[in-house]
Amino acid sequence: MNHPNKKRLRRSMMFLNCQKPALIKDPYIYKPDSIMLDLEDAVAENQKDAARFSLFHALREIDYHGVERVVRINGLDTPHWREDVRVCVAGGADVIRIPKCTCANDVHVVEGAVLKAEEEFGREKGSTLLMAALESCYGVLNCLEICKSSDRLIGVALSGGDYTKDLQTHITGTGVELNGARQMMIIAARAAGVQCFDTVFTNLDDMEGFRRETEMIHSMGFDGKSIINPRQIPVVHQVFTPTQKDIIFAEKVVREIDTKKAQGIGVFTVDGKMIDIAFYDGAKRTLMLAKAAGVYGGDLI
Amino acid sequence: MEIKHTAVAGTMESSDALVTIENGDGIQLSITSPVIHQFGNRIRAVVLETLENLDVRNAAVTVVDRGALDCTLKARVEGAVFRAADCSEHGIPWGGGVK
Repeated sequence: MNHPNKKRLRRSMMFLNCQKPALIKDPYIYKPDSIMLDLEDAVAENQKDAARFSLFHALREIDYHGVERVVRINGLDTPHWREDVRVCVAGGADVIRIPKCTCANDVHVVEGAVLKAEEEFGREKGSTLLMAALESCYGVLNCLEICKSSDRLIGVALSGGDYTKDLQTHITGTGVELNGARQMMIIAARAAGVQCFDTVFTNLDDMEGFRRETEMIHSMGFDGKSIINPRQIPVVHQVFTPTQKDIIFAEKVVREIDTKKAQGIGVFTVDGKMIDIAFYDGAKRTLMLAKAAGVYGGDLI
Repeated sequence: MEIKHTAVAGTMESSDALVTIENGDGIQLSITSPVIHQFGNRIRAVVLETLENLDVRNAAVTVVDRGALDCTLKARVEGAVFRAADCSEHGIPWGGGVK
């Protein structure tokens, strides 16, 4: 299966509580790439049923203006997740986020329920994508098998709060406690060809800290970041969108490599920097990202 | 659907509605809303249509609207009805009675 949206631009993924109609009625005005409608932790245990009715009608009736609709279902250790999957598929959610994913089998179990629901509600088989949230040491250690578990899987996301509890530490603000997980996850995701998303940054009063963390995970190779407030969106988009300088350089690299390859030249310089074929994919990726973000209109992609 | 007992869904928060369903003889509907003059008829129509879709024929329904969209009103009425019938957790007819 090659779903057209499997690798779409997902710089920002904003959590929204399905229990709150005021939150889910018009989040598209802030222009996140994706919203994450939450049926799990944000919804009180005795309101899971009501949240599903809200979700169903939101998915069916609200025009989110092209913003991707991800739904976080309840964990596989709860009595809620099967009905969550049914409502997601019936409503037409774009992606289901599996929380507390520990191994490939967790993805397979949800995938089986999704397939059954696609048959029940007459949705195209394979149309519902999946992503996995890793929230434990075991899950992080199994990241590669999770990344390779399903054609529906768009990627993996780190859930820092639960992960650090399992690690028997806490969020320090320095990122040191998350280094290992972040590194393992991005390597596994790239090896498997799926996307990788960073955890939330919860201190809304520390926007400089948020920017530093976003710049760091961008440098590490992440595709985007989970966010909890619209104020965080412009920061993430700014960090993850190639600058005009990056775009111009990437264009030169692609053009020069194409030209020099035809002339039988393997290594050369562009703007004083040594360039060879190893730079080609990176430059192409910069241009793809720029095009997806709407800041590149060229024809090299 | 049969109303077995009184049930409530929703909140008094902005953009939400608090819907209470009780046993009744026929449909009795009471609506309170800050926009009753502009949208009272619309709110009434959405609630009655939702009840009809769920085949609820006997119920006393109280809606305290706080500026809810149609989709929220429907969700709150359905939530209250399914809770009143003790079947709100599993096997919901998504796209059937719930539409």
